[in-house]
Amino acid sequence: MAHHADDQYYVPHGTKWPIIGSLGMITMLASAAYWVNDSTVAPWTFLAGALILIYMVFGWFGEVIRESESGMYNDQVDTSFRMGMLWFIFSEVMFFACFFGALFYARVFAVPWLGGEGTGAYTNELLWRGYESVWPTAGPDQLGGSFQTIPAFGVPFINTLILLASGVTVTLAHHALKKNNRGALVSWLLATVLLGFVFVFFQIEEYKEAYQHLGLTMGSGIYGSTFFMLTGFHGMHVSLGAIMLLVIAIRCMRGHFNPEHHFGFEAVAWYWHFVDVVWLGLFVFVYVY
Amino acid sequence: MSIESTHSHDNDAHPAAPGDHHDHKPTGFFNRWLFTTNHKDIGTLYLVFALIMFFIGGGMAMVIRAELFMPGLQLVEPDFFNQMTTMHALVMVFGAVMPAWVGFANWMIPLMIGAPDMALPRMNNWSFWILPFAFTMLLSTLFMDSGGPAAGWTLYPPLSLQGGQSFAFVVFAIHMMGISSIMGSINVIATILNMRAPGMTLLRMPLFVWTWLITAYLLIAVMPVLAGAVTMLLTDHFFGTSFFNAAGGGDPVMFQHIFWFFGHPEVYIMILPAFGVVSEIIPTFARKPLFGYAAMVFATASIAFLSFIVWAHHMFTVGMPLMGELFFMYATMLIAVPTGVKVFNWVSTMWKGSMTFETPMLFAIGFVVLFTIGGLSGLMLAIASVDLQYHDTYFVVAHFHYVLVPGAVFALMAGTYYWLPKWTGHMYSETWGKIHFWVSTISVNILFFPQHYLGLAGMPRRIPDYSTQFADFNMISSIGGFIFGASQLIFVGVIVHCVYKSRKAAQGLVWEGGKGLEWTLSSPPPYHSFNTPPLIDPTTISHPEEAH
Repeated sequence: MAHHADDQYYVPHGTKWPIIGSLGMITMLASAAYWVNDSTVAPWTFLAGALILIYMVFGWFGEVIRESESGMYNDQVDTSFRMGMLWFIFSEVMFFACFFGALFYARVFAVPWLGGEGTGAYTNELLWRGYESVWPTAGPDQLGGSFQTIPAFGVPFINTLILLASGVTVTLAHHALKKNNRGALVSWLLATVLLGFVFVFFQIEEYKEAYQHLGLTMGSGIYGSTFFMLTGFHGMHVSLGAIMLLVIAIRCMRGHFNPEHHFGFEAVAWYWHFVDVVWLGLFVFVYVY
Repeated sequence: MSIESTHSHDNDAHPAAPGDHHDHKPTGFFNRWLFTTNHKDIGTLYLVFALIMFFIGGGMAMVIRAELFMPGLQLVEPDFFNQMTTMHALVMVFGAVMPAWVGFANWMIPLMIGAPDMALPRMNNWSFWILPFAFTMLLSTLFMDSGGPAAGWTLYPPLSLQGGQSFAFVVFAIHMMGISSIMGSINVIATILNMRAPGMTLLRMPLFVWTWLITAYLLIAVMPVLAGAVTMLLTDHFFGTSFFNAAGGGDPVMFQHIFWFFGHPEVYIMILPAFGVVSEIIPTFARKPLFGYAAMVFATASIAFLSFIVWAHHMFTVGMPLMGELFFMYATMLIAVPTGVKVFNWVSTMWKGSMTFETPMLFAIGFVVLFTIGGLSGLMLAIASVDLQYHDTYFVVAHFHYVLVPGAVFALMAGTYYWLPKWTGHMYSETWGKIHFWVSTISVNILFFPQHYLGLAGMPRRIPDYSTQFADFNMISSIGGFIFGASQLIFVGVIVHCVYKSRKAAQGLVWEGGKGLEWTLSSPPPYHSFNTPPLIDPTTISHPEEAH
């Protein structure tokens, strides 16, 4: 049930930011559509759209932060924000579930059927004779040529340790915030940001290795498709999470948040734990198993 | 409990003119509509947008029915015909029905739970203002060299991947619609869970609020899956991945599984709020409490749960393993149980009620009868062995149009007539409302009922030409379609008249039998619906327990 800090409800005034966001979004996505259709101007208009979106994010969040710091939000608003963030993370979970679902479907059904298992006997006999179901695979036609996979217990394992460590450091930062130990708060946060960027750096190095030495590309059949889709979207989420953590760290340096009220910090911490958990799934099902 | 009666409007007063205590109301067109954070204004934007899309999608349906009026190719090229079927579906699903329900959610949920506005009003603005851009992009593909998407709204590969330039625009437009829907749904959930007035416990909420809570959950669960599915299409088309390409180890059928994991909950996203609206209207005009309120809530939740495990009944003919066919067949049939509970409860609510038949009630009763026909043909389609015959025929077209047009769309119209006086402060013309109902109901059956026979006789869907044996029923269907299409102009006429011309002021309690918080407010309600939490007691609950 709702708890009210005041007798009156809180309703924010009008805002210009959403319409600016829509303009940025349509500029960016229409440009992306022209871009994949080989337009030469589109990369620049794409950039313009992205800049409009970034301007919108700064403006909108800036306004909310100013209102929050001036104490305009009551407990009910805080709860609405919390629910909003949790359900947003749930939508992200379902987004990744879609790609994990594709991975599992390919490994459990599609590839074995192509190899003639179960109901796929005639598929194999008539269309792909001689193809044996294995994983990893680039499919019966070996699309993209032969490739090698990235060993799990090299860089990916180090990246796992890095993300797990970053989960610990962000929690230490949270404890420091609750004890109002600002120095430790900022230090642990910056450590988390650093770990995040190191993770992304390693991931980029891994991609370079895959493309330049292992022959593993997005075009490497279903293995390359699922590998780059899952790790690529995860890497984008880590990058976004690290940028969000950096913003929170800067806010902490400016004296924002107090031991009782720090929803912005918690939201970003939740998000960080979410990308952490997704990585564990990736590590197990994409790299190890 | 006092019911605020409305101040009477002067004839020249704008219908949405400020009421009693509207100190925050913005002035100027851009402030009012572009920058708004007000749930009613955003609700109005959604509803007007949905109505425009309803006519754009309807215009495409008219092209389809005109081409199918006679066998042979008369009016349009086959490829353009395919673009029309594809776009008609995308526009009606994502542009008309879904935004219309979000419009209802915006208008009614805060009024029904005693809140001042939605929980996240600024995000609410963004959820709406993405849509006009997304649909501009989607509709613009019709004017591109390659034409619009023509592979059906389900975008099955490999056919959809053979689309030209427009394909990427369609994918990104769907991404934008998804972002809009997810933000709208987060807002609905946060509003319902966090903004209820003290005493408005979950099991005291009006059913419309309950159905939207569950709908919003479905939306957040499946829209990201659709986003993922179309993203994989995009990378298969432009970046060389092999998700849906067997030569690379992928599987085109995998797309169908992922798409329908979204697509089946999607059909409940369009119909659950309809159940909610009908569950509000029937008790009002039967002047009896809703029969089995708790059963209605649990039936809704059961339908939502089951909707996640029945998706492959859309693909019985792709060659699934036998166990898959059996599982999805029986799981699908299970949905008839909670749906039957609902129909039974609506009928029981009317049983021995002192009923009157104003336009909202007519549409609600039309919904119960005609939606049930669509439900029963759904049961036939659920039988895997006979679906081999029905699959991709006009029987399927008849089935889903029965649940969507005299189902979801009739419920939207019922809800519009029911709450229009509340929204505008004016009564609509009951005579014209009834004319609209009767013309629509008769023509919608002329339009869709013959399609059952066409399908059973073997006419495939999504074709511009057909064997001459199907000529008679197609002509009848087209005539029904033209009448139905034209009769929706009456709907617009009634709304425009009500908003701008009607001189009959609406009371706060518009309908004698109306129960619930929205009727305790003036018509139109104050700009910020409730500035302080209202008192909740048995007289302000929408569905009090029936006294036995």
